[in-house]
Amino acid sequence: MKELLKNLDKAFENKIRLGIMSALMVNDFMDFNTLKDLLDVTDGNLASHLKSLEKSKYIEYRKEFLDRKPNTKYFATPAGKKAFRKHINAIEQLLS
Amino acid sequence: MKEKYINDLKEIKDIMNRSSRFISLSGLSGVSAGISALIGAYFAYQMVFNDHDYLSHNRIHLTGESLTQLLIIALATLILAIGTGIYFTTRKTKMQNKKIWDHQTKRLLINLAIPLITGGVLCLLLLVKGYVGIVAPLTLIFYGLALVNASKYTLDEIRSLGLIEIFLGMVAIQFIGLGLLIWALGFGVMHIVYGIIMELKYKS
Repeated sequence: MKELLKNLDKAFENKIRLGIMSALMVNDFMDFNTLKDLLDVTDGNLASHLKSLEKSKYIEYRKEFLDRKPNTKYFATPAGKKAFRKHINAIEQLLS
Repeated sequence: MKEKYINDLKEIKDIMNRSSRFISLSGLSGVSAGISALIGAYFAYQMVFNDHDYLSHNRIHLTGESLTQLLIIALATLILAIGTGIYFTTRKTKMQNKKIWDHQTKRLLINLAIPLITGGVLCLLLLVKGYVGIVAPLTLIFYGLALVNASKYTLDEIRSLGLIEIFLGMVAIQFIGLGLLIWALGFGVMHIVYGIIMELKYKS
């Protein structure tokens, strides 16, 4: 049991961070507003969780201009995808 | 503790589906497309088969003029089916407070269009060369392939509908005299059946 718990990733213990990562696993990228609508959270809340995932190097962002409006696109890094898969595997083992 | 992780898994699956698939597809648009197809098939049947000549019943008489008329019927059916489909689906996205034209819609339409346009152009070329009988089965097959291809980006039911259309197309190739009838079954009846199933399942 202890071994299994060790494989769980603290970064994904939070519901919003889990949501961000789930969306970025199946989409090449997501912009800030799409994520906000999808997860139904406030700007500040989303921004702080994005920042924390960035710090763990699980996601990256790129700023672009769409019709002269700034638009931020978020991507999952290979390390982030690997960590997420490991986390899901750990959950599945825990439940089996 | 376990419950929390079961919930997490559910949440992950839900977000993956909602973020990557077009889920506002309206069942009613399937029903209206099916009805359009049945109306179109009825007019085509009236035109293609000459009922007065009992001996040659079910034998196809096609002149250049009736070919043009048939194409007009086909085009009108297509416009009616797509038009009502867009109407019902737009209405559903509005009710769900979502944008109709987003990343998911684009991806769905592109993947639907590739096999569909290939099949459409091929059928037109075959029609011009006089291969009339094979066109109805081929439209079923290519439409089925398009649905299977696009199903990754929308509701799961679309995949099995696509497989059924492909199967019906193959049957229609084998029984080419029944082509129009099987076409009406595939584009008409199947759309209505699936439309009703989806409308009931995803009503909310």
